[in-house]
Amino acid sequence: MGALKARYNFLFRSTKGLILVAIALIALVTAIWGMLSGPMAEFGIRDIVIRIFGMDIVEAEREGRIILLYHTIAMAILAIEVYIITDMVPMKKHQQTNINAIITFGYMLTLIFGMLFGYFGHNFIFHGLYLFGLSLMFFGGLQLAITLWPWKKEYHVTDLEYSHTKSGVDLERVAFFTMAVATLGSATFGAITGSYWGNGHETFLAEDIIREPNKTILQKSIIGHLHIMLTLIAIAITLIVGRWQDFKGRLHKIAMPIMIVGTIIISFGAWSVTVVEWAHVTIYFGSVFVLLAALFFVIFSWKMLIRTGLEKRGIQKARFSQKIGTLFEDPLKFGVGWQMVFMNFTVSFVGIFMAAKLDEIFRVWPHRDERIILTGHWHTLAALIATIILLYYADLAGLKGRARKIFGWSVIIFSDLAFVAITIFSMKRLFVSESAQQPLVNWTMLIADLGLALVLVALALLMIWRLADLFKKKGRWSEELDETGYDKKPDDEAENSEEVQA
Amino acid sequence: MKQLIFILIFSFTFLASCAPSQVNLTPPPQLDPGVGPDSWVLVTAGEFLMGLHEHETIVDYNYEIMVTDVTNAQYADYLNQALADGTVKVVGDQIVGYYPGDEFHDHEHEIEIKAGDWLHIPLDDPGLRLDFDSESFTPQTGYENHPMTMVTWFGAQAFCEFYDWRLPTEVEWEKAARGEDARPYPWGDEIETTNANYYSSYDIFEKIIGGLGDTTPVGFYNGQTYDGYTALDSPSPYGLYDMAGNVWQWTGDVYENQHYRYMRGGSKDNYAYNLRVWTRNSAGPDYFSPAVGFRCLRDSSGQ
Repeated sequence: MGALKARYNFLFRSTKGLILVAIALIALVTAIWGMLSGPMAEFGIRDIVIRIFGMDIVEAEREGRIILLYHTIAMAILAIEVYIITDMVPMKKHQQTNINAIITFGYMLTLIFGMLFGYFGHNFIFHGLYLFGLSLMFFGGLQLAITLWPWKKEYHVTDLEYSHTKSGVDLERVAFFTMAVATLGSATFGAITGSYWGNGHETFLAEDIIREPNKTILQKSIIGHLHIMLTLIAIAITLIVGRWQDFKGRLHKIAMPIMIVGTIIISFGAWSVTVVEWAHVTIYFGSVFVLLAALFFVIFSWKMLIRTGLEKRGIQKARFSQKIGTLFEDPLKFGVGWQMVFMNFTVSFVGIFMAAKLDEIFRVWPHRDERIILTGHWHTLAALIATIILLYYADLAGLKGRARKIFGWSVIIFSDLAFVAITIFSMKRLFVSESAQQPLVNWTMLIADLGLALVLVALALLMIWRLADLFKKKGRWSEELDETGYDKKPDDEAENSEEVQA
Repeated sequence: MKQLIFILIFSFTFLASCAPSQVNLTPPPQLDPGVGPDSWVLVTAGEFLMGLHEHETIVDYNYEIMVTDVTNAQYADYLNQALADGTVKVVGDQIVGYYPGDEFHDHEHEIEIKAGDWLHIPLDDPGLRLDFDSESFTPQTGYENHPMTMVTWFGAQAFCEFYDWRLPTEVEWEKAARGEDARPYPWGDEIETTNANYYSSYDIFEKIIGGLGDTTPVGFYNGQTYDGYTALDSPSPYGLYDMAGNVWQWTGDVYENQHYRYMRGGSKDNYAYNLRVWTRNSAGPDYFSPAVGFRCLRDSSGQ
């Protein structure tokens, strides 16, 4: 019983355990539901999975199912980000516990009952609990935003290397706070529209209505919602990895204010999609600030990796090759910055090019081709964020030595190969006519499927390692639990503790 | 270093594979499904459920619609007549014809379709299944009864007009495909690989050509067995064939504030969900593709 309780404490009361559970659940959902589309459908695996699990697949409900699936995975990702934020941003212990508890119930209810409702039959209980889960997520987010309030004296910066105002307000905390508030505001755009379902609003996928000349305000609201939510998740992970790598100094002092400004402008831009035609101009303008802030982080990160690596090797005057060698030494820390840079080639630049040439090129192609670009664009950004989380988690989970290098490089190389292949596939009309596209389609699909499959294999191995560890009496889980102090004094961490987590 | 070599080999292999390939190296097998491309069916006036959300929609007149898509042989015959009487003409590597233009409202993303000669079919694209000897058209061997593809909306509309028919509107098309119940596919609620020609449906032509495969003869999915391949009989409630898969079909609507023309039915290049009766595709009226064809509609009294 004690052994079970200790493991429960690790999995549900420690940050590392909570993240592990969320990643494991996402991996499980990906493993099962990934079988329903793409190459798995072509190989006939889809039908077998449907039969084995007794799924109730109605053709007319595909759009609704996909929306449920997006939300379940998104809530788990948000939960991971919240766990990390409550762990790394100073706050009181009981605040961290409250937020994590609400978020955990929220995403689990959303995930479990969302998938049950979508794929195993409809009833009011499943749907009600799914919505209750989403509501808890919102409530948890509200608590997070309140907790992150940056103007309390106790959270003022003490180290002047970090971005701050004249009065000492921590601008990184302000950036986290702004992101949290913007996320709550953006969530309401989806929630309000959802409340009109069956009463003026019908289920749709944004990519299906993109060419409609006259969209309803509810449709525009959803389009704004889905764009800004993914952007805010990306902003959150950028802030998180910045904190992880102790982003500070001159670049930090520039990056944080522009990240705050960028977050506000992008959010208003996305919200204004409902009322003005030129909302995208605001979004582009805000994106420049956010992308610059991310660029400053990458410059800091790579310079820091080179500097510390050379110091470790005792090299005073390094050649260029030595600097590059040092930069590549730790794929996990290098990888988060690299994935952000790489994102520009497969997401940002593609999006900008598409926007600039929309009527000249992309709207000349059939809607189905434009649809492939749009969905490829969002999926690539989402998957890039996922790889950054994975690289960060692998470090958190204590992956070291050869395994660390193999895992890190596998995630970077195979995911990037897949992203390049997806980008070329979606843009294929630029290079090849429909009549001659077969070899290009074959190769890009093969590389994309193979690349993503190998990333999933790397993830599966990481999960198996951590699962096996749970069966050890004194495994890594035990050490990680010790760091929290929960196991020693399970009832002691105290709702009322006023200790500030550093 | 090993990783670098691996990436380089991979990149070179990939780039080498991007070279254009010939579409039809060998003629396809000549198969006769026995469904006459000249036959029409009557769709009676009445209410039906339109779209994903099953909106009750009324069509208050009878109409007749082609049982199958227009074939290469039919289009070649038409072109020969239309060339002879000057309805269409050869300009460079294109067949073009006059279109009176659309009303233009300068709406966001709307492109003006002016009166003038517009592309009907390209003559220099390897996807075209017709041969042209500078005087007359003939369908390529084996493709006579396959759907006519590589035809723009202008070319499809001109074909129907030539015979005093017209393209079906989206409403007329969907009623003909779905009948009066809420089925997602013309034949019923579910799709099997032998119901229609779609991506990875492993039909007889996909097995021969591979990948995205090729078109199947019109009316192919009628329950016949071809060289050991048995197709399920998959008509719509009104007896139309190929209302899902094989090729997208142009519809006739010209909507306000946009220049796009809409296509229905999904094609050989799409996953199964694109074959659901309410799925729409769109492109400019001058777009052509190896996966886009059409069928015509006429008044119920018209012969």
